[in-house]
Amino acid sequence: MSTAITLERADTAIPAEAADPAARPAKAGRKDYIRPIDFKHGRVDMNHGAGGRAAAQLIDELFTRAFDNPALRAGDDGAVLDLPPGHRLVMATDGHVISPLSFPGGDIGCLAVHGTVNDVAMMGAVPLALSASFVLEEGFALRELKRIVESMAAAARDAGVPIVTGDTKVVEKGKGDGVFITTTGVGALPARRRIGGAMARPGDVLLLSGCIGDHGVAVLSQRESLGFEATVKSDTAALHGLVAALLAAVPEGAVHTLRDPTRGGLATTLNEIARQAGVGMRLEEAAIPVRAEVEAACELLGLDPLYIANEGKLVAAVAPEHAAAALAALRAHPLGREAARFGTVVDDPHHFVQMATAFGGQRVVDWLTGEPLPRIC
Amino acid sequence: MCLALPARLVERRSADEAVVELGGVRKTVSVALVPDARPGDYVIVHVGHAIGCIDPVEAERTLALFAQLQAQPDPAPAAALHAPQGAFLQEVTP
Amino acid sequence: MKYIDEFRDGAVARAMASRIAAECEPGRSYAFMEFCGGHTHAIARYGITELLPPAIRMIHGPGCPVCVLPIGRIDQAISLALTHGAIVATYGDTMRVPASGALSMMKAKARGADIRMVYSAADALAIARANPAREVVFFAIGFETTTPPTALVVKQAAAEGLQNFSVLACHVLTPSAIAHMLESEEAQKMGAVPIQGFVGPAHVSIVIGSKPYEPFAAQHRKPVVISGFEPLDVMQSIWMLVRQVNEGRAEVENQFTRAVTREGNLAAQRAVAEVFELRESFEWRGLGDVAFSALRLKPEWAAFDAERRFPLDYRAVPDHKQCECGAILRGVKAPVDCKLFGTVCTPENPMGSCMVSSEGACAAHWTYGRFRDIAVVGVAA
Repeated sequence: MSTAITLERADTAIPAEAADPAARPAKAGRKDYIRPIDFKHGRVDMNHGAGGRAAAQLIDELFTRAFDNPALRAGDDGAVLDLPPGHRLVMATDGHVISPLSFPGGDIGCLAVHGTVNDVAMMGAVPLALSASFVLEEGFALRELKRIVESMAAAARDAGVPIVTGDTKVVEKGKGDGVFITTTGVGALPARRRIGGAMARPGDVLLLSGCIGDHGVAVLSQRESLGFEATVKSDTAALHGLVAALLAAVPEGAVHTLRDPTRGGLATTLNEIARQAGVGMRLEEAAIPVRAEVEAACELLGLDPLYIANEGKLVAAVAPEHAAAALAALRAHPLGREAARFGTVVDDPHHFVQMATAFGGQRVVDWLTGEPLPRIC
Repeated sequence: MCLALPARLVERRSADEAVVELGGVRKTVSVALVPDARPGDYVIVHVGHAIGCIDPVEAERTLALFAQLQAQPDPAPAAALHAPQGAFLQEVTP
Repeated sequence: MKYIDEFRDGAVARAMASRIAAECEPGRSYAFMEFCGGHTHAIARYGITELLPPAIRMIHGPGCPVCVLPIGRIDQAISLALTHGAIVATYGDTMRVPASGALSMMKAKARGADIRMVYSAADALAIARANPAREVVFFAIGFETTTPPTALVVKQAAAEGLQNFSVLACHVLTPSAIAHMLESEEAQKMGAVPIQGFVGPAHVSIVIGSKPYEPFAAQHRKPVVISGFEPLDVMQSIWMLVRQVNEGRAEVENQFTRAVTREGNLAAQRAVAEVFELRESFEWRGLGDVAFSALRLKPEWAAFDAERRFPLDYRAVPDHKQCECGAILRGVKAPVDCKLFGTVCTPENPMGSCMVSSEGACAAHWTYGRFRDIAVVGVAA
């Protein structure tokens, strides 16, 4: 019985930092392995998830190096965070199973950061930190993983929200779509603040921070089977800065609801809020901003932009007397230039979200049913 | 099966294939059913096939009627709306 | 978007709406059927009902090919995948239609059936080329608009000598359906189906031309106005129908002159005639067996006919006893007349195909229009 041994190049240089122990904090076992991971040609294998040496090396050379913060460098199972006095803790989580992993404007990595930062921000909380859990498929190219992790790192740095703890598991080939990423975020919410779907009330003005449908169309344009080319880019972005600008421009309590219309699109988000708050809504189709190309792509595919995912937009329900100031604050921010007022919250025991069409008629904007399969009819 | 859209033919790739454009979005479709369509023509695309062409003269005629309507929103006395194909919808205005 | 936006102009819509209202004779009511599912969807999505005067009632016809596709045919498609191991390529609209055994194509897919959604028949051919060791069947449904593309891929498959590609032909014909409704039992009884005129399909007519509708106008004294697909087209067509009724005319008029001619698309018609022939009879969901209303592949194309290639039986499967899809498709009942509507039958849990396809009368009403009949909806979902 012989085990085939693959001789790999042994001439890779030892990184300077490893040669000089003073340059990095002491790490148990670091001296036990020398050969750096081959990110160019290597692939994820079952060892990387086993919790042993290979796993530790992957965490060290890839994740810790990319996310680079004191909590991660400490190497413990968890991170200790400080909550400012007078604040309560907000927690949010998001799983990302997107395919393809990359699309115009972004990838699963930055999506994972933005999505959870936004969920925390939509509560009116300041995001403090993120955790990231990776489920990797055996055989996944390390080059690809590195790109995604570096994209995540860049997104986290730009947002000012560190990824302070994480986990890695590996599943057998065929049991995962390359990589699944789950991020959980925590944030600090001023004790008096209460923002949520149930807070929307009749009379509130509905504001949208920009054009809808960009992300969904950008992803769909990558699906070969649909065969269309569009130059639409995903709108994926961290919105906590926009939220902060909005909340600073109006008195505390003026903004009742914030939500980012991701899966299921604007229509689903509005129906969720209507149900939570026990209200109805009246929208103006002509006031909802949609890019011409997104509209054209949706026409071609038989889809409705109202049901397409967004990853860098928010909906706000604001007390009417402060709506103008709120809109101005959104428009003054780079991520809210195309913000618009598009509807009102009304009293409606049936919780209908109704819309005046640009054409002049009326229709109900219902929940999304199933998946938005491209229509032919 | 009625979802079909007018798109502009931008480039014929072969006897059977062409690239069409709608609102900035490009798609490759079959033009086997519209052998006479040329770049610049508008074709109606359905399930990946161009099934017919838009006649720009007729389109303008219909749009002209709409424009007339808008110019005179008040109901006019009934006038001949129907006419043989090609001379359609000549609204006689008072 | 050229040739689209101009036909959705709200200001023109208002002007047209006031003209239509002015021309409706006082005390007279008008009932028109829009045959085509695309028109049903347009009316619902743009809220055209609000713009029309109450004197005009639109009845939703059976022009939704998914709605009239009988359960038995979906069962066949599913069995091709589950039992015979073929890759079945289908348009997305069929995926959620409920079939026998609590299955749908989507549920069968979850059980391991290799069912793939395609946007065009050519995609199905590509799948066949890419999988030479597997049988690939294209589930070919649709009215006359979708038939020429199917004819083209069958010819292409033959030209390429593909050995693993076939088509489950379920293409149906518009004029037969209209005739069937006009000649049905209810129609015989005076006033049971008071359809005074038809809004004729847009894209079917591009292919078949306006000629095939002339017998209805002549024999049954019903005006037909062939309408474009955009909301202004639909409104203008309704306006033209009101005029015909007022003037006692029963003619075939063409509103969609920018795309439809009397003869239609001859290249498309030739392709279809080369590959297909009429079936003596075909079951339509909700309408029963209709003579000479559907197509099958001609004998010389038998190698590409899934019904001859695989041992497939056809078994008719009745609808739920209380499902009113049949009556709704014939225009004799409205969605709210069905006991199951909004209670058991919803877009999430469709009992019949009027609810599954977004163009079915029930789905269109649920999705866009149910706020008009609050009493039916009752307790919020």
